[in-house]
Amino acid sequence: MTAPSFVWLTVFFALPTLLIFAIALKPADPLGGIGEGWTLDTLRTLSNPNYPAIVARTLRLSAATTALCLLLATPAGYHIARASARWRQILLLLMIVPFWTSFLIRVFAWKVLLHPEGPVKRLLLALGLASPDSLLLYNEGAVLLVMVYTYLPFAILPIYAAAEKFDFRLLEAARDLGARGFYAFIHVFLPGIRRALWTAVLMVFIPALGSYVIPDLLGGPTSEMIGNKIAQRAFADRNLPHASALSALLTLGVLAPMIWVLFLQRRRDRRPAAAEAAP
Amino acid sequence: MKRSRLPALTTLLLLVFFYLPIAVLIVNSFNASRFGGAWEGFTLDWYARLFRERSVWLAVRNTALIAVGATLASVILGTLAAFALHRFDTRLQRAHYLLMYAPLVVPDLLMGISLLLFFVAAGFRLGLFTVFLAHTTFCISYVAMVVLARLQDFDESLLEAARDLGADAWTATRRVLLPLLAPGIAAGGLLAFTLSIDDFVITFFVSGPGSTTLPVRIYSMIKHSRHLPMINALSAILMIVTFGAAWASRRIGERNAA
Repeated sequence: MTAPSFVWLTVFFALPTLLIFAIALKPADPLGGIGEGWTLDTLRTLSNPNYPAIVARTLRLSAATTALCLLLATPAGYHIARASARWRQILLLLMIVPFWTSFLIRVFAWKVLLHPEGPVKRLLLALGLASPDSLLLYNEGAVLLVMVYTYLPFAILPIYAAAEKFDFRLLEAARDLGARGFYAFIHVFLPGIRRALWTAVLMVFIPALGSYVIPDLLGGPTSEMIGNKIAQRAFADRNLPHASALSALLTLGVLAPMIWVLFLQRRRDRRPAAAEAAP
Repeated sequence: MKRSRLPALTTLLLLVFFYLPIAVLIVNSFNASRFGGAWEGFTLDWYARLFRERSVWLAVRNTALIAVGATLASVILGTLAAFALHRFDTRLQRAHYLLMYAPLVVPDLLMGISLLLFFVAAGFRLGLFTVFLAHTTFCISYVAMVVLARLQDFDESLLEAARDLGADAWTATRRVLLPLLAPGIAAGGLLAFTLSIDDFVITFFVSGPGSTTLPVRIYSMIKHSRHLPMINALSAILMIVTFGAAWASRRIGERNAA
């Protein structure tokens, strides 16, 4: 029973992932394929002076997306969890339904919305908040906005799931003991859902690092992320080993936060156990 | 005790933020204006033009072929995998679970490029077949997770009862386990179907000439054409289809859980 899926995923998932690292050590062939022999030249192309800026932008945009998603998802998750059972169902469904529609189309919808002759620009013009030649598209702001839009549910769901299990009497107790509402929220509620917050960080940050469609459709040449470079090398230049080297870099970038959070959680899990054991 | 209004306000704001782009897109698909900045009258012209576009119909055909193929393959592979993961707790199954879980976490861009590298290195011709292989690969994990969740709620004593009444293992599986699990498998299949018709990134990497799917077609229309309102119309249609499938998947899954 194990064999079919195990073999399938080994051949079409595990092997290709390892191939990213192997092909990064291959030369390119002029026909757009993969050359013979082994070389370090492909890895040397990573020293391209444009790359540090692109890597920095990828990290910056992903970190900002994660921070904004957490900032918005935490109060929303809290509110949904505190609503009555009936409203909880309704609100949760309302939050998920838009994301049942195609990702590409949602990105396109923003392109229409932010278009120079689109509704948002007209509204801002009418309110005197924008000048006729200001551009809402093709910059980092547009990319960040739509990244937050796309990845927010990945933050809301784990935070809501933890908040729903949170014992809200603890907040009342903190208030009875004199804590102000906001203080209790920060010092009692947030530590209570800490695990979910870390899950949310991973669920947003990792896919954000691999963003490609959003900067491609809404960003300009000055808001390219590493995903755009990988696609350019693979399609425009037909240099697969070069695309492979960049992908290897991205793979390591994706693995690092995963391992870090797992490590943090493991250490935290051990500590309370030790604290409980002490008298 | 007075509660802060901030969380409620954030929730309301998020809902507006979530629905605004989608609403504008659907409204604009009936708007005579080219850029949708202002309402210039109701029209079905964009839909009419869309139906005359041959490349779109070809893409619809490809999308349907691949979605049906990948759904069938991933339902078979994913259901078998869920059975194995549920029944055994060995080191092999732990590796199996990791292999099943990892594709859910890996960014689709990395999955796309790694499959492209694999197909090129192995000498595959990029086309419908490679897209089918790629879609099956990412659908298996979703099907397996949905079916596994249902299996965990399954009452094992029903199988024992069937065995006590004289059914052999195969009959008990076929006549008791599968019918009870069918809604879970159907929910997983519908999820796979939605994911397949929606996927752009992975398809973009592994498709070749003649295997353009609807999302890939939409992408090139967004990139290269000035027919923005036609894309609105196409998006509205695709939105309704995926929405319907996702809704059905959820309903079937819920009924089974209840």
